[in-house]
Amino acid sequence: MALDKIGIAKRIAQELRDGWYVNLGIGIPTLVANYIPEGIEVEFQSENGVLGMGAFPFEGEEDADLINAGKQTITVREGAAFFDSAMSFAMIRGQHVQLTVLGAMEVSQNGDIANWKIPGKMVKGMGGAMDLVASAENIIVAMMHSNKAGESKILKECTLPLTGVGCVKKVVTELAVMEIKDNKFHLIERAPGVTVEEIISKTEGDLVVPDFVPEMVL
Amino acid sequence: MNKVVKNVEEALVGIEDGMTLMLGGFGLCGIPENSIAQLVKMGTKNLTCISNNAGVDDFGLGLLLQQKQIKKMISSYVGENAEFERQMLSGELEVDLIPQGSLAERCRAGGAGIPAFFTPAGYGTEVAEGKEVRIFNGKPHILESALTADFAIVKAWKGDTEGNLVFKATARNFNPMMAMAGKITIAEVEELVPAGELDPNFIHTPGIFVQRIFKGEKFEKRIEQRTVRQK
Repeated sequence: MALDKIGIAKRIAQELRDGWYVNLGIGIPTLVANYIPEGIEVEFQSENGVLGMGAFPFEGEEDADLINAGKQTITVREGAAFFDSAMSFAMIRGQHVQLTVLGAMEVSQNGDIANWKIPGKMVKGMGGAMDLVASAENIIVAMMHSNKAGESKILKECTLPLTGVGCVKKVVTELAVMEIKDNKFHLIERAPGVTVEEIISKTEGDLVVPDFVPEMVL
Repeated sequence: MNKVVKNVEEALVGIEDGMTLMLGGFGLCGIPENSIAQLVKMGTKNLTCISNNAGVDDFGLGLLLQQKQIKKMISSYVGENAEFERQMLSGELEVDLIPQGSLAERCRAGGAGIPAFFTPAGYGTEVAEGKEVRIFNGKPHILESALTADFAIVKAWKGDTEGNLVFKATARNFNPMMAMAGKITIAEVEELVPAGELDPNFIHTPGIFVQRIFKGEKFEKRIEQRTVRQK
C-alpha cells in the first residue's frame, strides 16, 4: 500500500545521522522531526532564525515571537540559539547544515526541482528554497509521485519554473525511494505492498530498476 | 545620543508618497505593527515595500495592500495573502520575488557598504535572468546587488534611549539587517529603557544604525499558525 504523509516522513527520518544539523521544509518535511531514530542526536535549523527547534508548545504556552519558517508556534530545546536571517542563510549557504528536506511540485532526472510557482495561477514565492537547494550538499525531496490529475511529477524535465538545477540527490514518495545520478532516477526501495510495475507506470522520467527492489522497512 | 521620539506620529514624519521602505518581520512575527497602523492612517501612496512577506489580508502589510498604498513589493514569500495574489495576478501590484537568503544578504550588504555580491542561490532559474554569472570553485554564482531604503522600520523587544536594540527569539529575523540599510531607521520597541540598562554584551543592533526610537503603544502580536500539543 502506498505510504501516507507520516510514512514518507518516517522513511526520510531513517536518513538522519548522528550529529547532523538539518533544515526541514514546510509540510511533510516538518513531520520528519517526530521520527528521529533512537540513539542519534540531530539539531533542527529553521531559516527564520533558530537552531535547536523543539516540539510544538503546550496549549496556552504559545509565544508569538517564537515560530518556525512555516509560521507555526514552536518551542526550543536546551542549548538552542536565535539569530538573524543573514546569519541563518550564512549557515545554509556556507554548508554548515548537513541535510535539507523539502517538498516539490516536480523533480527531474538530472536533479532539477520546481516548487515555487505555477505561472498565471499560483505565485507564493520561493522563500528560502532557492538558497537551500543551491547550497546544500544533501537534499532529499518529500513529495507525491503524481499530481491530483494522476500525472507523474517524477519527470525527464521539469515543466514549471525551476527552484534549483541539478541539486536533488534523493526523492521519497508514497511509492518509492529513488536516487538521482547519471541523469536518471534509480529505484532503491518500494513502499510496502507496492509493485515495481506501479512505480514504473507512474514515473515519467528514466528509471533504472535493479533486479531486486527491497520493500521499505518502517 | 538621545534617539527617542514621542510617539509613532513623530517617528514616521518625513515618509512620503513614492518612497522605498524596509519593514522587518517574518510572517507576522517581529513586524512593526504600530508603524504599519500609522502608515495606514497617513495614507501614504505608491510605496515600494521591502519585506520578507506581505502580511495576511487583515494584518501586517496586508493592511497597506487593502488601501492600495503599495506600488511594488520586494519579498521572498507572499503565500498567505489573497489580496496580494489578486493584485499581483491582475497586474496592479509590481512584485519582485527574491530568494530569502539573497534578500537578507542584499539588505545586509546595503547597510554594510557592499554594493553587490555573488551567490549560488537562484542560478539556472528565473531569478538569474539578466544577472551576471561567474564560476567560483567550479560552481556558478549570480551577481546580486545591495538594497537600501529611504526609511527602514524595525521592531525590537527592548531598546534604550541610544537606539541600541535587543530582539526576542525569532522576532529578530530581518530586523537587524534592515536597521542597517535604512537612510533613516525607525525602531518601535516593546520596552524603552534608559541608556545603561541594557548589557552592552548582549546588544543585537548597535544604536548607530537607529535614528529614531519609540515605545509602541500596543502590540497585538498575532499568531499566524497556532500549533500546539496536548498536555
